[in-house]
Amino acid sequence: MAGAGQGDTTVPGGGPPLDLRRKPRLAETIIQGFLFLCGAISILTTLGIVLVLGRESLLFFANEEVDLLKFFGGTEWQPAIGRFGIWPLVTATFMASLIAMAVALPMGLCIAIYLSEYAGHRARSILKPILEVLAGIPTVVYGYFALTFMTPLLRVIFGRDLVEIYNTASAGIVIGILVIPLVSSMSEDALSAVPNSLRQASYGLGATRLETAVRIVVPAALSGVAAAFIVAISRAIGETMIVAIAAGAGPNFTFSPFRAAETMTGHIVRISGGDLSYDSIDYNSIFAIGLLLFLITLSLNILSQWIVRRFREEYE
Amino acid sequence: MSIAIERPLRTEEGPNAASQNGMNRYAIEVGAMNVFYGDFCAVRDVSMQAPTNKITAIIGPSGCGKSTVLRCFNRMNDLISSVRIEGKVLFQGQNIYDVSVDPVEVRRRIGMVFQKPNPFPKTIYENVAWGTRINGFKGDMDELVERALRAAALWDEVKDKLQQSALGLSGGQQQRLCIARAIAVEPEIILMDEPASALDPIATLRIEDLMKELSEQYTIIVVTHNMQQAARVSDYTAFFNVDDNRTGYLIEFDDTEKIFTNPSQKSTEDYITGRFG
Amino acid sequence: MALRSQQPVAQRAAGLMPSRAISHKQVKVRQRRGHIWAVIFQLALFSGIIALGALLYNIVNQSFGYVAIINEIDPAELAVDGVPLNELPKDTLTRILETNISKGLMRRYENDMPFTERSRENVHELILERVVEPQVAATWSLADSIFARTRVFEEAKEKYPDSHVYFRSWLTTNFVSKAQSSEPLRAGVRTAIFGSLWVVAITILFSFPIGVGAAIYLEEYAHKERFLNRLIQTNINNLAGVPSIIYGMLGLAIFVRMLEVFTSGSFLDGGGDTTANGRTIISAGLTLGLLILPLIIINGQEAIRAVPHSLRQAGFGLGATHWQVIWHHVLPGAMPGVLTGTILAVSRAIGETAPLIVVGASTFIAVDPNGPFSKFTVLPIQIYQWTSRPQDEFRNLAAAAILVLLILLLSLNASAVLLRNRFNRNQANA
Ligand SMILES: Nc1ncnc2c1ncn2[C@@H]1O[C@H](COP(=O)(O)OP(=O)(O)OP(=O)(O)O)[C@@H](O)[C@H]1O
Ligand SMILES: [Mg+2]
Repeated sequence: MAGAGQGDTTVPGGGPPLDLRRKPRLAETIIQGFLFLCGAISILTTLGIVLVLGRESLLFFANEEVDLLKFFGGTEWQPAIGRFGIWPLVTATFMASLIAMAVALPMGLCIAIYLSEYAGHRARSILKPILEVLAGIPTVVYGYFALTFMTPLLRVIFGRDLVEIYNTASAGIVIGILVIPLVSSMSEDALSAVPNSLRQASYGLGATRLETAVRIVVPAALSGVAAAFIVAISRAIGETMIVAIAAGAGPNFTFSPFRAAETMTGHIVRISGGDLSYDSIDYNSIFAIGLLLFLITLSLNILSQWIVRRFREEYE
Repeated sequence: MSIAIERPLRTEEGPNAASQNGMNRYAIEVGAMNVFYGDFCAVRDVSMQAPTNKITAIIGPSGCGKSTVLRCFNRMNDLISSVRIEGKVLFQGQNIYDVSVDPVEVRRRIGMVFQKPNPFPKTIYENVAWGTRINGFKGDMDELVERALRAAALWDEVKDKLQQSALGLSGGQQQRLCIARAIAVEPEIILMDEPASALDPIATLRIEDLMKELSEQYTIIVVTHNMQQAARVSDYTAFFNVDDNRTGYLIEFDDTEKIFTNPSQKSTEDYITGRFG
Repeated sequence: MALRSQQPVAQRAAGLMPSRAISHKQVKVRQRRGHIWAVIFQLALFSGIIALGALLYNIVNQSFGYVAIINEIDPAELAVDGVPLNELPKDTLTRILETNISKGLMRRYENDMPFTERSRENVHELILERVVEPQVAATWSLADSIFARTRVFEEAKEKYPDSHVYFRSWLTTNFVSKAQSSEPLRAGVRTAIFGSLWVVAITILFSFPIGVGAAIYLEEYAHKERFLNRLIQTNINNLAGVPSIIYGMLGLAIFVRMLEVFTSGSFLDGGGDTTANGRTIISAGLTLGLLILPLIIINGQEAIRAVPHSLRQAGFGLGATHWQVIWHHVLPGAMPGVLTGTILAVSRAIGETAPLIVVGASTFIAVDPNGPFSKFTVLPIQIYQWTSRPQDEFRNLAAAAILVLLILLLSLNASAVLLRNRFNRNQANA
């Protein structure tokens, strides 16, 4: 190039025309192929999940001890005596999630409103990292917290007779604490995305800060907030270690939050933590539970994404 | 040389192709080019020739597609996925949009300087050296860097701080560094998209002087909003306008002197005299 | 003005709005309500912070405090000629050990490592372990130990008369450097720390290159209009929301069972090892790798997107190929963001418990892992197991292990910040 030959001959004045033809760039092609494979691994992961859960679930339902009707209708889950009714696990899961949401949704939304509508720049820059720390603590630590702090606290408040050592209330509350940062940060993103002109319009009509926040900004960001809530629910349903440690070890069809009960995730962990022989009905059964769990959380996530997409369209 | 036989054949096909003394009069020849962004037709029916070793200016109101046209000359538009280009752009007789043509080769021969100075976040030296290195240069790099920086009239200002970050230079120096970077790989043509619009008048003058110097060796096509600049530096001028669909089109292309003193189109005159609606 | 004359109907005082006095009162009420809610919002935030405080307090509270110990033999009795046990020379200690334990046990120690080669500290430890045989009778929390000291001592005296009470930090250098043991006083987390490090190393080796590669593909190469690429993108977003335990089941079925030949390492030694199964470090690492892959990809995409477009244009304008532009300009620019995202994801992997239980971390393991095909345990699993034990002293151990885990995570995050700052500086200086 800077070398004599080409540099001199290609200056306009008449050299041979340049060869612009495509040259094979083998390395580029290989790299691009490799990168594509990297992306495709995610598809393989999903396929893997679906196939694994599906296959083992099929084996489970094909077992003569199992009856699809009893699976979705039964209120007793006792693999030892061949009772496979999913309801005790489902009620425990939903109870813990419900309690978690009762904690996380109001708290998370309030925090989001405070951060987005009230807090100054400085306060935000201090408070948000604190919430991030909360979000970065491993769940097993939260489980420890539930068992050694929340449960004794509940037992002091409600009485030792009423509150069992293992109970869904304690686990649920701590799951709630766990997902607060998720709710607040997602909601805050939605609230901050509301254009300032809306706020100014509201103040211009003589609304107070609270009225602006609650009647104008939150409704305008409602779909984003709703998406945050749904993601939080999905997260709570899938949460495992807190319930495995604090909620109890044994399926129990109960609606009392102070009794021990085992959630779907807790059950999977307990069964797979023991000596599990492959192709036993126990082994297959946890995959069936896993499939149900996967479908529930997946549909919640898809729902939230759908809501977010609609929300974006409204503002563009 | 089979290629030598091939070339005159091709150039004869070109609209105003003339092969004087066996060389191309035109560095770039555009024939009936339309550019679309998705369904939106940004520029339609452009035909023009940029003469070799001259400065061609492209002027016109904002949004008329000057940058779009310029980017078509070195396939920079390929980076925008929605773009579709029709017609042909001949570079030394070869249509650069031919399927067999490698855009990387095209860009290596047709350099570009952008509106905002965009040096790499590396040292000054590395900024100049990088392009040549990836194109396989293996000679005396120090010498090449010095030559490029001298050609861009930047050497005296930076010769003591070659190993410092290019981001520490002033805007005008950065822009000249970008020019040095472009000429280091020894292209045939340099495309400049409003190269001085982010600079103060002094820095602008330096860039203009530089363009004049460079035009002895390089074909330069420059987009500018600055009418005086076009009049001062360019040999030829293309005037673009937009129609009601916001589609740009070429109004006229001629000697700069003619465009600025005696344009054949009314709208050109209006635009140049500032009476543009 | 013009408006009023045109529309006389729209009077200023049509009597529809409340009078000035009433409206003034209403504004006051509305303002008060506003203040109350402002306080409520703040309270919500502070309860979040309090929860964090309570969590940390609870762990520290359980990590330190008084313990009541009952010894089989009082160390004071073992003193020779008035020299206390911990000051005796090695040969005296060896003799004490010999007289107090069975011949068989002595021979076993001799076989493990001849006494001539053992250090004085080692023999001393053996005496404490086998002769003194301390047992934890009761433990108290840090708060009790500080604020109810006298009560603690009274209680100890009353319930465990022949115990001696001392203040114990459960988190010690010994705790970090010792292997797992069923004796709470001698248990440590070394094995678990090594297990965590091994697993995370595999996780990073697997997920970093693939995650960054996928991010590059999606941001730089993929045409967004193509169905396949859109599918990949949506799919990654959805994978990020899949509960971690599901990944555990995927790992169990694929890595532990299906690929057992590889993950057990038996393909290396011809399958002769019958105890080998797939519940190894490599299975765990790959499972966690799949788990954090979506996080790394999504973060990486954001970082790549943040690299200014002008840099790419500059590169392309010089005739660089796409990969040259990516390698020389896009990736260096995106690296700080990519690294931060990766470290966040790795922090998540270090704290993950559920998927590793499913994949089959060993319940009790006292031997350090020595490669990707070892059985393993990790810190969170150790914490989980100790937490599940009913005895108080195991809760203390769990708390101490949590402190170790949190310190590990904290230093990891700190190094992320440092690394990023360093990177940014280098970029600016370069
Ligand atoms: N990447 C793109 N995608 C879609 N439309 C584009 C894109 N870039 C430019 N356009 C459109 O193409 C038309 C021409 O744009 P272009 O940037 O070429 O104008 P211009 O003449 O350079 O304007 P200016 O003088 O302001 O730089 C405009 O209507 C613009 O909106
Ligand atoms: Mg432009």
